[in-house]
Amino acid sequence: MEFYTLQEFLTYTKGIAYLLIAAILVSVTGFWLFLTDRDED
Amino acid sequence: MSDEAVLNTKPITPPAQSLYTPFNVIAGIILIVGFIITIRRFTGGLDAVTNLNDNYPWGIWIGFDLLAGVALAAGGFVTSAAVYIFGMKRYHSAVRPAILTGFLGYALVVIALHYDVGRPWRLPYPFIAQQGTTSILFEVAACVALYLTVLFIEFSPAAMEWLGLRRARNIVVKLTMLLTIFGVILSTLHQSSLGAMFLMAPSKLHPLWYSSYLPVYFFISSIIAGLSMVIFESSLSHRYFAHKMDEAHLNEKEGIAFGFAKAAALVLFGYFAIKVVGIAMDNNWHYLTTSYGTWFLVEMLGFVALPCFLYAVGAREKNLNLIKWTSALTVFGIVLNRLNICLIAYNYHLPADEKYVPHWMEIAISLFIVTLGVVAFRFIVTRMPILYAHPDYQDEH
Repeated sequence: MEFYTLQEFLTYTKGIAYLLIAAILVSVTGFWLFLTDRDED
Repeated sequence: MSDEAVLNTKPITPPAQSLYTPFNVIAGIILIVGFIITIRRFTGGLDAVTNLNDNYPWGIWIGFDLLAGVALAAGGFVTSAAVYIFGMKRYHSAVRPAILTGFLGYALVVIALHYDVGRPWRLPYPFIAQQGTTSILFEVAACVALYLTVLFIEFSPAAMEWLGLRRARNIVVKLTMLLTIFGVILSTLHQSSLGAMFLMAPSKLHPLWYSSYLPVYFFISSIIAGLSMVIFESSLSHRYFAHKMDEAHLNEKEGIAFGFAKAAALVLFGYFAIKVVGIAMDNNWHYLTTSYGTWFLVEMLGFVALPCFLYAVGAREKNLNLIKWTSALTVFGIVLNRLNICLIAYNYHLPADEKYVPHWMEIAISLFIVTLGVVAFRFIVTRMPILYAHPDYQDEH
């Protein structure tokens, strides 16, 4: 992907980062459930 | 003669153990070789024992002994924070071994630093003869010096109980919470500062490892290293010093491993996530298809994602053996990460024949320093109340 301005670069990278963060927030919930669902307390 | 009579004629003192055990012989050889190289280092200079050059002023004495050593000594602040600040008293029996490991780790880091820096009498110079308080190295020096002092004071009650210094011991014990808070602050500062040092080399460190978030990566990974070292050290202690442990230590063993494994799994998950976000923020995806990218993926998948999954399975299935092996894998992964940043991915643009390969004497000195730590740890745990509560202070734990 070619970038000609800093704004183009930041729009692209921040956009990807926000999507990743949303995916991480969902997956960490699943991971937490996987980690703790056999806890006794 | 009856059986009872035979028993009565046996000597009541155990037979003296031979000095020539495999451990003593191997440790002795390493220490003698290390001592000879030490003389060579301080009389002949760096060139006599190292392959360091202008491109690589920092070798494995910094990459392994210092960067990895400081990270692996993080168990002290992680455990004492969990027990004294977050009130997780069920991990109390892990505090003293973790503090001891941390104290010895930092002491050895300072010793290793002497080999790299030279002229040991100038060690206090950052505090008395310089004008660079804005330097990140000054921050590291100040925090390491202060934290080593804090760890020494935190460890001292065990030595005082051993020496029978009850009054002094009681005074120091009253400072526990203050020392813990101080230790957490100092660790946060200098663990991250060690990563921040590499912010001054954006053109030398490969973009996959370089990031403006390096201080955060170093701090988060030090928590992983600390948690894993406590599990790793605990499993070794239970194997070799089980006879020194009291009931509390033996009973809490599994709970500590499962609790710390769960915490390590969660922190590893977070660490993996912020590393991926770091790649996205700098748009470094295209580097992943290069040879350095393959190596980066080996580190991220083999030594971050895999231990994260294995710790989670181990904590979920209550599989102590899996957790022990995962702690060793994670410790190795943290060492690999520090070596990648300091050496392997450093000066990545240089041709292969100009890359730094440590001299065998550098490796021997690193081995010498690790051996010193193991011998000191063994000396202390076989004498002082580290793995058991001292009979005179049973009720205070």
